[in-house]
Amino acid sequence: MTSTNYINADYGIWSWLLTKDHKRIAILYLVSITAMFLLGGLFALMIRLELLTPAGDLVSADTYNKLFTMHGIVMVFFFLIPSIPAVLGNFLIPMMIGARDLAFPRLNLASWYLFVVGALFALYAIFTGGVDTGWTFYTPYSTAAAHTNVIPAALGIFINGFSSILTGLNFIVTIHRMRAPGLTWFRLPLFVWAHYATSIIFILGTPVIAITILLVAVERAFHFGIFDPTLGGDPVLFQHLFWFYSHPAVYIMILPSMGIVSELITCFSRKVIFGYGFVAVSSMAIAVLGFLVWGHHLFLSGQSVYASLIFSVLSFLVAIPSAVKVFNWTATLYRGSIEFAAPMIYALGFIGLFTIGGLTGLFLATLGFDVHVHDTYFVVAHFHYIMVGGAIMGYLGGIHYWWPKISGRMYPEWPARIGAATIFVGFNLTFFPQFLAGYLGMPRRYHMYPPEFQVLNVMSTAGATILGVGYLLPLTYLLWSLRYGKVAPDNPWRATGLEWQTPSPPPTENFATTPVVTEGAYAYSDMHEAEFI
Amino acid sequence: MSAGHAHAAARGHSAERAYAHQFDSAEHQHGAAQLGMWVFIAQEILFFGGLFVAYTVYRFMYPAAFAQSSHHLDVVLGSFNTAVLIASSLTMALAVHGAQLGKRWAQVIFLLATIFLGCVFLGVKTIEYGHKFHEHLIPGPNFLFDGDARHAQIFFSLYFVMTGLHALHMVIGIAVLGVLVWRAARGAYGSAYYSPVELTGLYWHFVDIVWIFLFPLLYLIGRH
Ligand code: HEM
Ligand SMILES: [Cu+2]
Repeated sequence: MTSTNYINADYGIWSWLLTKDHKRIAILYLVSITAMFLLGGLFALMIRLELLTPAGDLVSADTYNKLFTMHGIVMVFFFLIPSIPAVLGNFLIPMMIGARDLAFPRLNLASWYLFVVGALFALYAIFTGGVDTGWTFYTPYSTAAAHTNVIPAALGIFINGFSSILTGLNFIVTIHRMRAPGLTWFRLPLFVWAHYATSIIFILGTPVIAITILLVAVERAFHFGIFDPTLGGDPVLFQHLFWFYSHPAVYIMILPSMGIVSELITCFSRKVIFGYGFVAVSSMAIAVLGFLVWGHHLFLSGQSVYASLIFSVLSFLVAIPSAVKVFNWTATLYRGSIEFAAPMIYALGFIGLFTIGGLTGLFLATLGFDVHVHDTYFVVAHFHYIMVGGAIMGYLGGIHYWWPKISGRMYPEWPARIGAATIFVGFNLTFFPQFLAGYLGMPRRYHMYPPEFQVLNVMSTAGATILGVGYLLPLTYLLWSLRYGKVAPDNPWRATGLEWQTPSPPPTENFATTPVVTEGAYAYSDMHEAEFI
Repeated sequence: MSAGHAHAAARGHSAERAYAHQFDSAEHQHGAAQLGMWVFIAQEILFFGGLFVAYTVYRFMYPAAFAQSSHHLDVVLGSFNTAVLIASSLTMALAVHGAQLGKRWAQVIFLLATIFLGCVFLGVKTIEYGHKFHEHLIPGPNFLFDGDARHAQIFFSLYFVMTGLHALHMVIGIAVLGVLVWRAARGAYGSAYYSPVELTGLYWHFVDIVWIFLFPLLYLIGRH
């Protein structure tokens, strides 16, 4: 740790707050996003505590509405959406393609500041009374009826949206223009492909939610009638515009995670990924198809039956590229020499949870079934399986895998394995009962419920406690490892990929000389093994 | 796009290098900046796209109210502004041309002309907004309209949001042009380096094109 690297290249708070190094900016994001995750988690805990008993005894109905709204806003907009791209994408994409930095380092720093300003608006909204519209801001409630801080929250999301857009723009240009010699498109790591697809959603989806949220703010502030039916507006139009972004947004959360899982699966089964081209192209297919299915959120909004039918069929199509990925991962595992390191446990957990979440998505896309479970805990379980089970498992797996590169220290293996297992168990105990409760008819967004649902809710709250402990474990031992962890070698996992060919932690310019790429990704052949032994 | 650009083998940090350290050459940097601007414009299209969708939906729902409302917009001022904007696109293109040829003062003059025309546009827009204010055509509690007032309000809501957002883009554009004038006067741009002028030009043309759509949609359609 005596050589110069990006961490010790400069000292002092301003050297961080004014940095243009993509790796330092990734760390800034890591810290701020973790803070938001803890805040969102706190709200979640209060929700689960309220639901421990059928009566509304812990908080009032109003407070409960604010709790689930703020939980949703913080988790979706300020944690899940930026998490993997802004932290791991920022840190790794330039290194994975052999570049010295992103194409626009100053823009990258500006994105972080936009994130912070957006988050401050949201925090202001939260701590001066909260918001109670639900994270979906459905009109006309949000524009005409709610008496809470809708405008600051909306502005926070608007500003944060531009942080996402600029990050996506930076990634697209970087991936197009900054690749090392020899690194053709079909030699790119799948992590990079996943981020390319995600960036396209950032560019094409985020501006639409931005303008929609702006319209909500304008309508609320100046009594412009665009969505308000008493003024002749159409609230269903809001839902269309909202879901045009927000369905693709769920792929913003899951695609980067899939990219990580592809990296982990090949590395820890020491095999070339099965069907590289299919996995790469399926990311693009998911991004494109994701824009065509938003109407499955409007089955019960009064849209025409024909529209519903078309959206239903299109939704089924999304399952194809998703299944392609799952099958390719499984085929990669087959006969691999699998090592159950902590990141691999996360990756395997991801596959299981994503499969359940994705399949229940198909249930929901089936018109008749959706009518039965719409706005029940079945939906809540579905999206948590994907967003928490999928996205966060991938995120944590990635954080562990690249931790040696990021921090220059190894994390302790056994606590990490126990942590991963705890999260997996806690997660299933929390959310599986919600499928049952929802199917049996427990509606979402109520602070009390009929007593017959109590057993399932107690299970869920118990699971949430275990899950909470599971999340605190990595937080603790990763911080511990910064000081006491073993010093990491350059390539602790004997992985392929350019990011492993530079010191841990990397120097500011990433590579001493620009690497030249002569072969495809994931060349985990016997020959390579021999080199390492 | 091109995959195999060659990274410079040597990593010189010469002080007079005209491009940032992550790039290999000035052309490399220029290409990246250009692609970045196009991606940004794609984003802008979708940003305005939400409003165009809303406009289309309500135009189909309330064609009569929309036609009536558009009679309250001043076609003369609107046409005048359209001409002003087209002229500003021309001066902007000439400024870019001047930068490429390294003609410092031609560049400065055309940039100033663009700023002037932009300000004329905004001035006329302010006058139009003032008229709407006096005629009680601002949506909200004081809205007055003889006809289908409920749906006319939607038209005027969209009118103010769309033209307001467009005007905001112009204000930002004018601010950027101001910086360009200052730097161009000091000889910052020449045939070797003119990306900022060129990219601002792209942005300016984009904003003009948005108006080219707004004008007929808001002022002309449904008028007799
Ligand atoms: C792959 C990642 C996915 C994620 C992250 C995800 C996330 C979500 C979220 C957050 C919601 C709830 C929205 C709300 O608050 O109302 C939701 C609902 C829904 N999802 Fe997914 N989803 C995914 C995949 C799918 C797939 C593949 C399908 C269909 C094939 C699907 C179909 C649905 C439907 C129909 C609803 C609406 C249910 C209702 O409100 O009645 N989802 N999803
Ligand atoms: Cu959806």
